[in-house]
Amino acid sequence: MGKKILLKGNEVMSEAAIQAGCRFFAGYPITPQNEVPEYMSRRMPQVGGVFVQAESEIAAINMVFGASAAGARCMTSSSSPGISLKQEGISYIAGAELPCLIANMQRGGPGLGNIRASQADYFQAVKGGGHGDYRLIVLAPASTQELYNLTMNAFDWADYYRNPVLMLGDGILGQMTEPVEILPYEPILDLPEKDFILDGCKGRDPRVVKTLVLRPAEGLVDHNEHLQKKYRRIESELSLCDEYRVEDADIVIAAYGITSRIAKGAVRMAREKGMKVGLIRPITLWPFPKESFKKVAYDTSQILVVEMSHGQFIEDVKLAIEAACPVEFLGKGGGWYPTEEIILEKIESMITSPVAAKGRV
Amino acid sequence: MQTLKRTEVLKDALTHYCPGCGHGIIHRLVAEVIEELGIREITIGTAPVGCAVLLYDYFNCDIIECSHGRPPAVATGIKRIHPDKIVFTYQGDGDLAAIGTAETIHAANRGENITVIFVNNAIYGMTGGQMAPTTLTGMVSTTSRDGRGQHGEGPPLKVCELLSSLDGVYYLERTAVSTPKDVNSTKRAIKKAFQNQIDGKGFSLVEVLSMCPTDWKVSTAKAVDFVNNDMKEVFPLGVYKDKS
Ligand SMILES: Cc1ncc(C[n+]2csc(CCOP(=O)(O)OP(=O)(O)O)c2C)c(N)n1
Ligand code: SF4
Ligand SMILES: [Mg+2]
Repeated sequence: MGKKILLKGNEVMSEAAIQAGCRFFAGYPITPQNEVPEYMSRRMPQVGGVFVQAESEIAAINMVFGASAAGARCMTSSSSPGISLKQEGISYIAGAELPCLIANMQRGGPGLGNIRASQADYFQAVKGGGHGDYRLIVLAPASTQELYNLTMNAFDWADYYRNPVLMLGDGILGQMTEPVEILPYEPILDLPEKDFILDGCKGRDPRVVKTLVLRPAEGLVDHNEHLQKKYRRIESELSLCDEYRVEDADIVIAAYGITSRIAKGAVRMAREKGMKVGLIRPITLWPFPKESFKKVAYDTSQILVVEMSHGQFIEDVKLAIEAACPVEFLGKGGGWYPTEEIILEKIESMITSPVAAKGRV
Repeated sequence: MQTLKRTEVLKDALTHYCPGCGHGIIHRLVAEVIEELGIREITIGTAPVGCAVLLYDYFNCDIIECSHGRPPAVATGIKRIHPDKIVFTYQGDGDLAAIGTAETIHAANRGENITVIFVNNAIYGMTGGQMAPTTLTGMVSTTSRDGRGQHGEGPPLKVCELLSSLDGVYYLERTAVSTPKDVNSTKRAIKKAFQNQIDGKGFSLVEVLSMCPTDWKVSTAKAVDFVNNDMKEVFPLGVYKDKS
């Protein structure tokens, strides 16, 4: 057993990054993720790393672009409005196939919104956000322990696939304090040698990191195909999903991140009342664990999607299950969050609804 | 007799720059300085978005191509990871003084130990001659048809003057490449800006007034005259800051 610590989610993520060898952090203050730059400003000098408070989120992501090209494990974090500013840089990093970790502790939007938790940046996270056909590996931890573990893994996946990874959290996860077991970092993969690093061309040919592809005429088509091939490979190797009491469930709740944590409580309450309810939660939002969702949908009568937005994640659920069962929705944006009771109430209404009476599709 | 030969820091490549363009001269000067200081193998350059985006087609050292205006931030990331390496940015006026103003000012004020080569040609070269932050008052461009200043464009932005008020900056000089004498002083200034970095002194920037005959829509000879007669008047040459 590792040592247990009691820290806020934002600090847990920061410490995990340090443990995983992250030695460069650039960021800009924004609530509810301020503990990340604050923690990093203290910890980085202690481990010989670099902390820079950037002049903007645009500068921060571009500093990360440089640090990654220079060979460092590196990271930036922000919350929704700041993540919007980073999109240009994220597109360049994805195009140049550089590894890094970007964390979004989502808050209410659109615009300045508010500083309550939200899940309304789902589309931006998993469908693009910046320009061009690129993908981020998107992770959705549901507890601070999982945030700790996934942060460590994120650096390995970023290096292994040479792809930026996005940690999609929210204000609750970032601010929540719970005990976390500190496990020593061990790479989970055989990591390739970084043969792209810019550190001066002594003893080798000069290297170039770039995203402009003018020649040959079809060069950018080829580069895009190369990226797509990598994305297909990631899809086949890295779809992570967690299921809870789905085997005999008549209703399966689909939720991710902190919402799935609340939903789990609702499942327990429903079970106590004799209702057969289960939970499926994706751990990777991209790649989306389509097969697991499809299988669950074929074995249950109804799916209830719960999310802290007006319906973004639900689109991927529907795409994955290929209409195998009806899908109900419970969600709102702007800082709303579901309670176990609200979810239970929705489940009870579904049980008595005519759809349920029809039974399995 | 001294024989002139191409510096090994430049590749044997055909130039894509227009006849009479200042970029080619400035490339040569930067490359010669890198060679003379013996730092090619420890140098990492950043390419801007602008006519000089293809910097890596010419420079025989590690290069990263940045998004428009962000080279000072990218250079910050690289230099902080490799403090013992030499990092330079090479940026146009749109890149450095419009879209990248914030990155420029803050890298300068942090005193990042990097060398900035700022090519001021008073125009957006790459995109076909639109108004730049440094376009002169009254100068016609494709987006200031009546001459800058007629429709609320404001006067040209003076980068050396602006940055000279920042305490974090170590060295600022404005030079030109429009006469042989100017070319020589530009090389001296660039060498100093690199030497400062080698000595760990901090942020050094050389602003070079440069010709863009194509987008100024003048002959190559007239372009040289324009730098000598008009640009130097608005952008006086000289050392704007030197903490040594
Ligand atoms: C975000 C973004 N905005 C606009 C452009 C289009 N663009 C390319 S180069 C350029 C201006 C270049 O002018 P300057 O920096 O002065 O360089 P020059 O070509 O004159 O050397 C612009 C606006 C871009 N590539 N990216
Ligand atoms: S457009 Fe102007 S700056 Fe660009 S290569 Fe031609 S002369 Fe040089
Ligand atoms: Mg220009």
